[in-house]
Amino acid sequence: MTAPAAYTPTEMMTVVAARALGNSDVCFVGIGAPSAACNLARLTHAPDITLIYESGTIATKPNVLPLSIGDGELCETALTTVSVPEMFRYWLQGGRITVGFLGGAQVDRFANLNTTVVGPYDKPKVRLPGGGGAPEIATSCGEVCIIMAQGKRSFVDKVDFVTSLGHGEGGDHRARLGVKTKGPTRVITDLCVMEPDPVSRELTVVAMHPGVTREQIVENTGWDVKFAAKIAETPPPSAQELSVLRDLQARTKAAIRGGR
Amino acid sequence: MARFLPLSAAVEEVVRDGDTTAFEGFTHLIPYAAGHETIRQSRKDLTLVRMTPDILYDQLIGMGAAKKMVFSWGGNPGVGSLHRFRDAYERGWPRPLEIEEHSHAAMANAYEAGAAGLPFAVFRGYRGAELARVNPNIKSVTCPYTGEVLATVPAVRLDSAVIHAQKADRAGNVLLEGIVGVQKEAVLSSKRALVTVEEIVDDLGPRSFNACILPHWTITAITAVPGGAHPSYTQGYYKRDNAFYEAWDAISRDRDSFAAWIDANVMQKGPGAFTRYARK
Repeated sequence: MTAPAAYTPTEMMTVVAARALGNSDVCFVGIGAPSAACNLARLTHAPDITLIYESGTIATKPNVLPLSIGDGELCETALTTVSVPEMFRYWLQGGRITVGFLGGAQVDRFANLNTTVVGPYDKPKVRLPGGGGAPEIATSCGEVCIIMAQGKRSFVDKVDFVTSLGHGEGGDHRARLGVKTKGPTRVITDLCVMEPDPVSRELTVVAMHPGVTREQIVENTGWDVKFAAKIAETPPPSAQELSVLRDLQARTKAAIRGGR
Repeated sequence: MARFLPLSAAVEEVVRDGDTTAFEGFTHLIPYAAGHETIRQSRKDLTLVRMTPDILYDQLIGMGAAKKMVFSWGGNPGVGSLHRFRDAYERGWPRPLEIEEHSHAAMANAYEAGAAGLPFAVFRGYRGAELARVNPNIKSVTCPYTGEVLATVPAVRLDSAVIHAQKADRAGNVLLEGIVGVQKEAVLSSKRALVTVEEIVDDLGPRSFNACILPHWTITAITAVPGGAHPSYTQGYYKRDNAFYEAWDAISRDRDSFAAWIDANVMQKGPGAFTRYARK
């Protein structure tokens, strides 16, 4: 076996997230890691994937990653651009999105997400940007994929504020709230992949990235994290995945520098 | 009926102290030049409404123009926090700021209800979301046909709306193209509307039969301010200045560097300063 190409944990995370997507997906994309992963999927194994950004751009094919959710690049390369009310009413609420990609400042053991405040709502330690599209992405998309770098401060037992519903208090909590979609089906980190337990809905480690130890995962998780009986090892990024991702990011950097 | 006014007169006419007002734009077409004129005219006690308050609201809040912000996502997209907003909200500088917080779906629906003249918006949302606990304006209604419980929020009702667009013709009809956000809804939800445009033309030119056009009788005042959306962008004219959005993080982190930037780039300047960003 030849030595694997050197890659960063963030690249591993992005590649795993890209692999989770297929040609038939209609994907609601957030800025940052989700945007990199979705476009990597489009530029490798899923050329026909439909990427939708909340600014109203449908089936967009950006050549560089947008810095914001509404860069001109998204509109210029889209099949069509609709108004923001139409985006949220017809396309998201209408149930036409198969998978939503979300991240956050905190995620908890039941995959609830916080992007609102650290600390109490009225007297926050840190005031974060807020929910944006996430509260309804979390409940209206067929399923949700969470992508976040793992650490004790971000992977917490209970989020300070439930911006976006994951599996609530676990079990059938989503169904009891009248939510019919699946919610978070996997959490992809720079160390591992977690999936909700079929009954308790507690996030459980199902795959570990190459070279990562159980101790590392335990140290970087704020709850007593459980491991599935059978743990897969994530295949490392292929040379093609890495080169496409790096080219995309190099083009993006050059575009930001050249934008002035 | 739209009147063509210089920017200072247009802002004076449309944006008044104590207004509930929106300078709308979803990344694209953000009316920076009009916002800067509002800062120069020292507007006070504004309730600033916007789905995605970014640098422009950071500037207005940092200058003490706002008493309240109604929003759904407040940040510097792809970069980080709004430091002037956080200083006002967390530490009361230069004055305390009240907030009313929603999700994008709620705000988009609320704008549409405002444009439609309805008292409130109804949508499938906020399920399991804690904003419903902290924002008393988030309520629910039971569908009389199916029994489904749906979320409601009050319609957006604005004293004034300010937007930027590509062009107006000489009658004052305004054309918006590209990512149109909620600007049409903002104008139609308002009592008074100001539109800054890249150019005023004899004819709006070739366009789709379904182009987004605001008829002249929906607008109070129009001003040509080429480059007036910078560092945001105008599709077909100039790109988003992503490097400035990144630079704002350091400028705004500190009260003194913020004040110095505003003095040099807003107080000592006029709308003509935006011309250098306008290129086609």
